[in-house]
Amino acid sequence: MSKLVLDILKSRFGDDVLETHSQFGDDTAVVNPAKWREIAQFLRDDPRCAMNMFVDITAVDWLGQRTPRFEVVLHVHSLDKAHRIRLKARVGDDEGNGAEIESVFPVWKGANWFERETFDMFGVVFTGHPDLRRILMYPEFKGHPLRKDYPAQKIQPLIELRDVPDRFGPFGADEGMSFGRQTHDYRRDEETN
Amino acid sequence: MEPLDRDLEEGLLELPSEPMMLNMGPSHPAMHGTVRIVLELSGEMIQKADVQIGYLHRGFEKMCERGTWSQIFPYVDRCNYVSPMLNNVGFALAVEKMLGVTVPERCQYYRVVLGELARLCDHMICSGAMCMELGAFTPFLYFARAREIIWDIFEEETGARVTHSFGRVGGMASPPSKFFKEMVRAGVPRVLEFINEGEKLLLKNRIFLDRLEGVGVMPKEDALALGWTGIVLRASGVPYDVRRAHPYLVYDRMEFDVPVGTTGDNYDRFMCRQEEIRQTARIIEQALDQMPDEGPINIDDPRIILPPKNEVYTTIEATIQHFKIVMEGIKVPAGECYSYTEAGNGELGFYLVSDGSGTPYRCRIRPPCFATTQGLQQLITGLMIPDVVPTFGSLNMIGGECDH
Amino acid sequence: MGEMTSGSGGSSIRVLEGSETGFATTRFDDLLNWAKKYSLFQYPFITACCAMEFMAMASPRFDMARFGAEAPRFSPRQSDLLWVVGTISQRQAPALRRIYEQMADPKWVFSFGTCASCGGFYDNYTTIAGIDKVIPVDVYVPGCPPRPEAVIDGLLLLQDKIARGDREPAIVKPRQDPAVVAGNLVRLGKKSTTET
Repeated sequence: MSKLVLDILKSRFGDDVLETHSQFGDDTAVVNPAKWREIAQFLRDDPRCAMNMFVDITAVDWLGQRTPRFEVVLHVHSLDKAHRIRLKARVGDDEGNGAEIESVFPVWKGANWFERETFDMFGVVFTGHPDLRRILMYPEFKGHPLRKDYPAQKIQPLIELRDVPDRFGPFGADEGMSFGRQTHDYRRDEETN
Repeated sequence: MEPLDRDLEEGLLELPSEPMMLNMGPSHPAMHGTVRIVLELSGEMIQKADVQIGYLHRGFEKMCERGTWSQIFPYVDRCNYVSPMLNNVGFALAVEKMLGVTVPERCQYYRVVLGELARLCDHMICSGAMCMELGAFTPFLYFARAREIIWDIFEEETGARVTHSFGRVGGMASPPSKFFKEMVRAGVPRVLEFINEGEKLLLKNRIFLDRLEGVGVMPKEDALALGWTGIVLRASGVPYDVRRAHPYLVYDRMEFDVPVGTTGDNYDRFMCRQEEIRQTARIIEQALDQMPDEGPINIDDPRIILPPKNEVYTTIEATIQHFKIVMEGIKVPAGECYSYTEAGNGELGFYLVSDGSGTPYRCRIRPPCFATTQGLQQLITGLMIPDVVPTFGSLNMIGGECDH
Repeated sequence: MGEMTSGSGGSSIRVLEGSETGFATTRFDDLLNWAKKYSLFQYPFITACCAMEFMAMASPRFDMARFGAEAPRFSPRQSDLLWVVGTISQRQAPALRRIYEQMADPKWVFSFGTCASCGGFYDNYTTIAGIDKVIPVDVYVPGCPPRPEAVIDGLLLLQDKIARGDREPAIVKPRQDPAVVAGNLVRLGKKSTTET
């Protein structure tokens, strides 16, 4: 894949493009979060880039490994030029505070639900989003499930669960395979289920 | 006669009214089970719609982080459960992109044929379900019967009818069975017969056409900006098919047309889907003709593929290889990668982040119908309630994929 | 018909059977149960992949209609058999409970698939580990998704249950508590050494 878009970005934004790489053939640029929307607008409007098709926005949680904890990842695609780019920006500290970034909804309407999902799963706040509320989890849910410090099995039932006598629950913490598999649950909650 | 309240202003004579709120779902026959649409109505016209999804959120991405790379295949199957093979193939291709390996040619043809058979199922069921929700129950039964033919083929090959979990990183779980080509060559024409019968019932029916034509129009620019891909984008006039634009596997050797619509209404989406069924049958035919009858299905790399079972019990190298792959997982080099294929609904993307170990650090699925369903609000605002049914049905929202 | 003993849990409802009711009412009960079991109006509460097998079961090959369970009534007021097909998430649970409560007695619940029976392999923050944590269930059919033959088997079991007049919700046979099993093994070991 050509590095054309990366070169155009670097020549236009200079220092705001912090890193670039083309690992596995995907052009990636890590940018300054303060210029997020501007760069996105440029990518859509500049005739050499012409990124008119929105693909995906998500985030990755690098808790314990990097200090801006979340990495917001944007994929866009140009239909006419047939090139893609991945844009990343790093936000947030270890507690999850300060995880704010501008919303690209004014640039591509498709960012609407994807940003809501990223907010729901990670807690990254997109400023300027028209309707930022939870989308996959129910409104009463506390916490953000895809963060690395949310234990996978911690449930928050919406209605009271029945206690079924003579029935055992799923595997407890001391049952099943306890070796050989790495999991990324950093801090497991003791009261599971 | 003189008006009674001459001195009152006109505005005060109107009764104040609030819009009527109607809730469709989440358990609703036409909502494909898992979507809730809260409608604000004025009479029968929809003023505002709030589409709420997430009722089938099963934590796919969180579950992926708790196992090895190969253990994701069953989860991925259950995302788009009408065409599970396409998800398997898409995910296997994504991991193989990160590993930098290509499967042997016979496997590529095998993946193409199985994937296209799954695509047949997807399109048939979408059309069938939409017809059923409109009241035409018979075509749905015809298409369901046709799907049984394809499921017989899958059962023979993979062992399961619906969620096969047949894909593996670096190949498939087992080679094609002895009569694979004969079964497919015998089955696909029978399926097309059922499709023709169903279409004969539908396409001349005035009521069916009235309910689909001109309803739910999505203009081209909006569809692109919303991130629509697949049939719904092609129905709006954009000839973008991942198999054509960025060919993967052996799609560059196949000759097939890409049906493109003109207006982007329900009728165009329905017809695109039907036409794609026929193009899919063409692809299957060509792939079967070109598929080699002998040759390996899995790549020959001990770090990725499980060794044959008899060797595991007799030689030490195979035992170690088996142990490492099962217990620790395939070691994918650290980094990130986005890989996309054309699933039943559009561009199914996998954004994988690896930290070099056998467990994925982040496995993000980019569901095509998540992007599609976010356009539903725009489509149904201004329509009447019964128009919601074919509009929603023609988008092919699969709950498992949309809510991952 | 003999005396009907209630299940291990002990229920507050006891159906009068056999000699308690007298000959004519017993025959009438039989007739009513026969009518109920062959005319089940279903409410398919469909969520996920098991829907594929549900559709296959309703389709001409594995016809569900020949068992009388054909007519889907998409309103809980008009149905008596609640098919819970697919994974129920925490978000969906209140809807499921509400629909169950809206159905009129006599009603039965059929848990279709592993996700509905026990949560499946989705052991996480968002899935209910089996719908019997929310509503009482009569028949569980495991499978991911279960073959239509398995589901028909479950349907026939349910019909037998209706014919018996059994209103007790099904109790899943408990698996052995590992501590108890280990304790038994240890005791057995001691017994054999003392004997030799």
